[in-house]
Amino acid sequence: MGSVVRCDRYPYVTGSSVLGIKYKDGILLASDTAGCYGSTVRYKSVERLKRIGDNTILGASGEISDFQAITNLLDELITEDWMWDDGNKLGPFEIHNYLNRVMYNRRNKFDPLWNSLVLGGIKKGKKYLGMVSMIGVHFQDNHVATGFGNHLARPIFRDEWKEDMTLEEGVKLLEKCLLVLFYRDRSAINKFQMANVTEGGITITEPFALKVNWELEAFRNPTKGAEGSW
Amino acid sequence: MSMVFAPCLTETAAPTTHAEPAWSPYDNNGGTCVAIAGEDYCVIAADTRMSTGFSILTRNYSKIHQITEKSVLASSGFQADIRALQKNLDARHQIYQHQHNKQMSCPAMAQLLSNTLYYKRFFPYYAFNVLGGLDNEGRGCVYSYDAVGSYERSGYSSQGTGMQLIMPVLDNQLKSASPLVLPLQKSTTPLSEFEAVDLVKDTFASAAERDIYTGDAVEIVIINREGVRRELMDLKRD
Repeated sequence: MGSVVRCDRYPYVTGSSVLGIKYKDGILLASDTAGCYGSTVRYKSVERLKRIGDNTILGASGEISDFQAITNLLDELITEDWMWDDGNKLGPFEIHNYLNRVMYNRRNKFDPLWNSLVLGGIKKGKKYLGMVSMIGVHFQDNHVATGFGNHLARPIFRDEWKEDMTLEEGVKLLEKCLLVLFYRDRSAINKFQMANVTEGGITITEPFALKVNWELEAFRNPTKGAEGSW
Repeated sequence: MSMVFAPCLTETAAPTTHAEPAWSPYDNNGGTCVAIAGEDYCVIAADTRMSTGFSILTRNYSKIHQITEKSVLASSGFQADIRALQKNLDARHQIYQHQHNKQMSCPAMAQLLSNTLYYKRFFPYYAFNVLGGLDNEGRGCVYSYDAVGSYERSGYSSQGTGMQLIMPVLDNQLKSASPLVLPLQKSTTPLSEFEAVDLVKDTFASAAERDIYTGDAVEIVIINREGVRRELMDLKRD
């Protein structure tokens, strides 16, 4: 009997949405810290935001083990870059390009890394925010989101994001979207992290919770305006 | 020989059956491309919307890529494949320049693109291409392709999700005599550059009305003997 080639794979432990926005001084990324095993919230302290070098941050949704493999690859890339000691460092654009190639080439081999990645950074004053999916589709924009964030957060970004927001405005916007995701995405939990990259460096916050209000009028009678829906 | 069992196969099942795959290596990120060839110019245009399923990923992604001084490639379809194809052609063009000490002509690039696409005949680039530029005589040329490299030079073309809305309009406005009628008529349009650009703007505005994947903005690139210039026109964002 010959061997059967696996062309299908399933994710096991997954992370939900990652959000990213550009603001005046740099980039902000946000995600929750849940690692779901199907419909069970198995892990509640998964770090889905990572620093890469000292001018880039990476967030991932999808299979957590694949994200860990990616961070290993990037660590090797950054180390090699550092060892050149040539006065130049890989910037967010270069790292995004590298990840695009990695994801696309894995897709070509029918063995994808099951992640949607958000990559943001700032180099020589130039801000960069991009996204790449598990099959290699990539782009850059002023605001990005993966998974459910595309449906729930992007419309809010399109309405409320503006050029050169302050850090407070940016954080407020992300917190609003994280809250919406917690209300509406069943694989989200009320435990979040935010990552901030500016010319001055990278900070990743300790996990925090947001104030939730289940007594909102809209939750009380959700089908009020649309009889027959649920 | 090693045996790997896929989840749903039984021992007696034929080895060629596959379980339902959980993912597809392809996606259609939408968009429309158009090109029109004139006497001494070529207009290449594409919208700037990138979508997936029913979501918009970004409203300003360029589908147009200038490969050589005189050729511009517009592609719609699966963005990851398109980007890989553009990089592939860029690399090949760099090698050509090193070997021949000159840039590739548009007809030469047209052939290279066809060969590159057919090379992946059994795992195609999901890219629907329109190549526009100036030929060796400085006349406008437009080449349009299917996903596996079949191509034809013509006076105008469109590809992508809005192709079926736009092509009939171009046929009506630009149609020249059949290439089967002798003596052979020129396929380039007698329209002026300005009129051609105006026509392109109208066709995109129309396509954006009915094609959900076309909209946001249309990027128009015009090549003529002076060089390359770009225009950007807003489209409906719904």
